[in-house]
Amino acid sequence: MSAHDHAGHDHAHGGAAHGSLKGYLIGFFLSVILTAIPFWLVMDGVIDNKQATAVIIMAFAAVQIVVHMIFFLHMNPASEGGWSMLALIFTVILVVIVLSGSLWVMYHLNANMMPGLHEMREMP
Amino acid sequence: MPETLTKFIFGRLTLESLPLHEPIVVVTFIVVVLGGFAVLGAITYFKLWGYLWREWFTSVDHKKIGIMYMVLGLVMLLRGFSDAIMMRLQQAIAFNGSDGYLNAHHYDQIFTAHGVIMIFFVAMPFVTGLMNFVVPLQIGARDVSFPFLNNFSFWMTVGGAILVMASLFVGEFARTGWLAYPPLSGINYSPDVGVDYYIWALQVAGVGTTLSGINLICTIIKMRAPGMTMMRMPIFTWTSLCTNVLIVASFPVLTAVLTLLALDRYVGTNFFTNDFGGNPMMYVNLIWIWGHPEVYILILPLFGVFSEVTSTFSGKRLFGYTSMVYATVVITILSYLVWLHHFFTMGSGASVNSFFGITTMIISIPTGAKMFNWLFTMYRGRIRFELPMMWTVAFMLTFVVGGMTGVLLAVPPADFVLHNSLFLIAHFHNVIIGGVLFGLFAGIAYWWPKAFGFRLDPFWGKVSFWCWVLGFWFAFMPLYILGLMGVTRRMRVFDDPSLQIWFVIAAFGAALIACGIAAFLVQIFVSIRKRAELADVTGDPWDGRTLEWSTSSPPPAYNFAFTPVIRDNDAWFDMKRAGYRRPLTGFKPIHMPKNTGTGVILAIFSVALGFGLIWYMWWLAALSFVCLIATAIGHTFNYHRDFNIPAAEVAQTEEARTALLAAEGAKA
Repeated sequence: MSAHDHAGHDHAHGGAAHGSLKGYLIGFFLSVILTAIPFWLVMDGVIDNKQATAVIIMAFAAVQIVVHMIFFLHMNPASEGGWSMLALIFTVILVVIVLSGSLWVMYHLNANMMPGLHEMREMP
Repeated sequence: MPETLTKFIFGRLTLESLPLHEPIVVVTFIVVVLGGFAVLGAITYFKLWGYLWREWFTSVDHKKIGIMYMVLGLVMLLRGFSDAIMMRLQQAIAFNGSDGYLNAHHYDQIFTAHGVIMIFFVAMPFVTGLMNFVVPLQIGARDVSFPFLNNFSFWMTVGGAILVMASLFVGEFARTGWLAYPPLSGINYSPDVGVDYYIWALQVAGVGTTLSGINLICTIIKMRAPGMTMMRMPIFTWTSLCTNVLIVASFPVLTAVLTLLALDRYVGTNFFTNDFGGNPMMYVNLIWIWGHPEVYILILPLFGVFSEVTSTFSGKRLFGYTSMVYATVVITILSYLVWLHHFFTMGSGASVNSFFGITTMIISIPTGAKMFNWLFTMYRGRIRFELPMMWTVAFMLTFVVGGMTGVLLAVPPADFVLHNSLFLIAHFHNVIIGGVLFGLFAGIAYWWPKAFGFRLDPFWGKVSFWCWVLGFWFAFMPLYILGLMGVTRRMRVFDDPSLQIWFVIAAFGAALIACGIAAFLVQIFVSIRKRAELADVTGDPWDGRTLEWSTSSPPPAYNFAFTPVIRDNDAWFDMKRAGYRRPLTGFKPIHMPKNTGTGVILAIFSVALGFGLIWYMWWLAALSFVCLIATAIGHTFNYHRDFNIPAAEVAQTEEARTALLAAEGAKA
């Protein structure tokens, strides 16, 4: 309910495409598959190495996010005059900074400050 | 009444929770009650309740909401400053075995409340209020994108403020410092309600801040007048955009980290506890990921104010507009890369500290570039030293000192010496008072005529200006010296009598600032009395350059009868140069949003929810939560939320202005 001077209720979508049934179905099946595979990996213990399993699941989760953005949020580089893409890039940069930075900082803090684990001078 | 029933109804709220044993609080309470009754009585006597409710409280007009934000900021400034002057007095007298006049329990609450109030309920409302009022006018819009959301955001901020104020008289406030680090803020070391007041006040206000951030981003991106490309936006709008991007990106982190702390306190999780795998250092890390961008959230809009003021009062286009925009964007990104400099001493080691030390030093480069842009704008300009310009020059002189001590603190080895010392306190007051507050006063003096149709009285403005500027230097330069001598922050009593003189000077500075605040209030009062004399009919009292000066003062509800078309950066200056004439005919009906009381009601339920959670009144929390959700869903069925201002009414308003302008022209 923006305060434009036209009284009508026309919907300005700024170029964002509406979804089609086909698009939603593709998105649905892709997300089902991307959810089922990690379940199968964990339930059946397909890979012996737990760390490798965790990494693979994370990778599936990342792909899942992209599937949702394309098929359910109808994002493409041109939607909303490019603002969606810009916001996405900004968000990704911030998330990467915050996560990698926190991991880096907390690793060093744990290594240096948690008592009895290591000698201070061995630390980087 | 059986004890279990009392406990069910009142939770842990008992008569002992009222601070009757603290004479200072009791006296304050009596004064507040008397003052409150006087105000409420006056409103009732003059039959203003209906007017306030219809025209202000329920208003979705961005201008009125902006003004209400400023009033909230001003009221809370008085509270926050009372805390400040109490601390200054305590520190000035607590020497030579004297215990001062505040006990430790009370003193610790005061410094916590001072920090929380000044950041969240003074600086934030002031900044949001200024953006709310100015941005839609600057971009030629009629309101923000989501007018109801704007009203709701404001009342949620008020709700947070009410919870903080309630803690003064019902129970107590946190004794943890303004960021409530665990394990001190955990349930083991702070079992009382103080930290819970802190958590829920910030959570309630945080909803408002985040939503208003989304609202203003959307407004700036979607509702600019035709022709206003990104690089033709006024610089204040640019800085507001970056600030709101920072708000939307960083406030969720604060909400999340406070939620984790609340879980630790309420349901016994161990995110930040000392044992069972908890890690308090994670809290410090997370809260500064929000906390550092917050600093730039506060200062960036004021950089915009200084840019507008410098350009207007130098009678020149802003020097280096493009570099100013890029500097702002670079600061926006870089502000996410420096958070660790708040805890260099926590022990992350040389490589981490060096990285964050260097990024911190880098961020001073775009800030320095801005400083030169302002100087070059003034260079060869025809400078008019009106009040806003005086604040700007004072800012430039003061802020540079704060910036330099900031770069000094960015050097990790130096920080190991100065961490948590009064040097740090002096540094951040130097940039917050010298930057944010001076900017707010510049902005208030600059846009006041736009908001109310008359200027502020210059004499009392100058009195306030000199008291503030000198008061600041007297109050905080001694703190730099004390900090270099190793005095730490948040101390209540001192052993070394040689330090006392510096605290006495600082207290004198605080007294000067008190005069500055008083003079500011007198200025407003005197200006209202002399409003006929100070009136501005033209709507453009300063020979302004941006769109807000093209409409009347105060602007009509619809801001612009016709949406302006923009051809240049300084749109209004360009229009004036091209011989712009106000259109006098052909008005059309204007589609506007309707007022609604839902925002107030939702905020009341939120406060009740917070109060219930704080005092363990689970029935109240559950009930108000259900009401909150029901009201929110109910509001979505409200289809009567817009109306049209008829063309005749628009024509009438515009004709009244034409007549006024003609009368003014005949006088001149």
